[in-house]
Amino acid sequence: MHTMFKTRYEQDINFLTDPGKRIRVALAFVGAMALPLFVTDYFLSELAIFLCYAIAGIGLMVLLGFTGQVSFGHVAFLGIGAYAHAALLTRGVPFVIALPLAGLISGLFGAALARAVSKMHGFYFAVATLAFAIVMESVFGAAEFVTGGHMGLEVPELALFGFALIMGWQVYYLYLAILIFIIWGVANLMRAPAGRSMIAVRDSETSARSLGINIARVKVLSFFVSAAITGVAGGLMAHQLFYLSPETFNLLESLKLMLMVVVGGLGTIAGALMGAVFVSFLPNMIDGLRMILPPFLAEQSGLETFLFGGIIALFIMFEPDGLYGRWRKIRLFFETYPYYRRATFVRQKRYLKTERFR
Amino acid sequence: MSTLTVENLTLAFGGVKALDDVSFSVAPNETFAIIGPNGAGKSTLFNAISRFYRPQAGRITYGDHDLLKLRADQIVHVGIARTFQNIELFEKATVLDNLLVGRHARTPSNWAREFFFTGAVRRNELDARRKVEEVLDLLDLQHLRDARVADLAYGARKNVELARAVCAEPDMLLLDEPASGLNPEEVSDMAFWLQDIRAELGITILMVEHNMGLVGRTADRVLALASGKVLAEGSLAEVQAHPEVQTAYLGEAA
Repeated sequence: MHTMFKTRYEQDINFLTDPGKRIRVALAFVGAMALPLFVTDYFLSELAIFLCYAIAGIGLMVLLGFTGQVSFGHVAFLGIGAYAHAALLTRGVPFVIALPLAGLISGLFGAALARAVSKMHGFYFAVATLAFAIVMESVFGAAEFVTGGHMGLEVPELALFGFALIMGWQVYYLYLAILIFIIWGVANLMRAPAGRSMIAVRDSETSARSLGINIARVKVLSFFVSAAITGVAGGLMAHQLFYLSPETFNLLESLKLMLMVVVGGLGTIAGALMGAVFVSFLPNMIDGLRMILPPFLAEQSGLETFLFGGIIALFIMFEPDGLYGRWRKIRLFFETYPYYRRATFVRQKRYLKTERFR
Repeated sequence: MSTLTVENLTLAFGGVKALDDVSFSVAPNETFAIIGPNGAGKSTLFNAISRFYRPQAGRITYGDHDLLKLRADQIVHVGIARTFQNIELFEKATVLDNLLVGRHARTPSNWAREFFFTGAVRRNELDARRKVEEVLDLLDLQHLRDARVADLAYGARKNVELARAVCAEPDMLLLDEPASGLNPEEVSDMAFWLQDIRAELGITILMVEHNMGLVGRTADRVLALASGKVLAEGSLAEVQAHPEVQTAYLGEAA
């Protein structure tokens, strides 16, 4: 096992100071860059949707994984971002301005929601966000002057500085660049006071307050960041959907986002990415499963929802650290072979915690 | 450097008066201990000062600040940091990260700048790190820097929590039972560090403590509390000799 000898504080601040990690990230980057050479156009459009989910997953990870606030309503921000982006493009706003604006609008909705529910905790918070998503689905249907209501809204074609991006690989690289930018930004937040205050709010609101962290402010800001990133993902997704209708942004999508961060591994950016891979290709796996199941099961309409819920439950029970946690364990197994001990990751007994200030 | 003054503080939970007309003051650079049997209202008093509880009557001032007008998260900004009886650390994080959170009140935070990690953010991070290293040196925690709090022994956690409070560069520390759960050797280390913190950093210490050895070694003045009422105030010997204090701890002579 490699241990780094640190001589400067910068080594704890800079990204990728560990050589092994540097190689892994470089490999992933080269792989992502080379991918369009090897795959079909159909698969490229699947990949574009995967990138949208990855961005949305990072958005939800900021809120759920880092600040510890459960939101069942993140699909609403996907929708707000998509509608805002499409509506701005329709009115002649160029892509480079419309997308950040869509993120900003979505973020402001998020901040307003957070302001309203910032005094709620846990279950109540989750229910409030769920209600928000249900309300927004109706709003998308009713606000016909912006969203086209149930008639739907056609998304203008993707054009960057006047050049239409029609080829699959062009879209793929654009989305990849945006994803990398967002990963960089969120990783920056996480190594700064902002990230530490989010984790502080997640792990102990009591000590966060005693250390001078304004809990309500952190919740509102992280909701803003989370909703803005999800809104950007929504804007990008709009181009892949071509046509927006309120039913697109139903609660099943929220469940999908939730599944992504839980299965991927809460509290890590890599977890959001792994979860996005899983969720994007889950429908294909379920289709495969349909073929081998007996017809009375395969044709059940709730099969997908059932499997989503089941997978979340199984991960929470057996691998709370998600795919990323599993990957870390496998890596440690090989790095320390033959000295790996299961006990390394066993959760320790907790000492009594002060809970009465809540 | 300011004086903490508590005047006629009364706090009731329903019909139970946890604090009944409590008054005292703590002078700058003094070490002041509050003792009393279980349920005397010691922790309640701490939670009232650090604004987790709202008292029904009385005043708490620190220098020119009326603490009752502040929120819990503003207390550390006027220079009062605290620890908890049951340890409230961020368990999944390393000791270093815990102490860096302790720097929160002293580090400017601007999320937009932090998203892009500008030069100013980097400089602030380095400043915070330097300060944290000073505290690690002071409290002999260098070897635990990269350890996860969840992996630490109880005594070390107590120490880390003290270090985290010191990282906020307070003028005054509120320590809720710093010696509880420690073995005799750790208690004597704790006494040594408390004397160090006071001598080197000039920090006023207000603590709740059951361990009379620690109180005797560190405290200038002692306040005895029972059933929410002040029984006696003075040096440890004076307070221990006070008949009402003896009654509160040991009961009436049969």
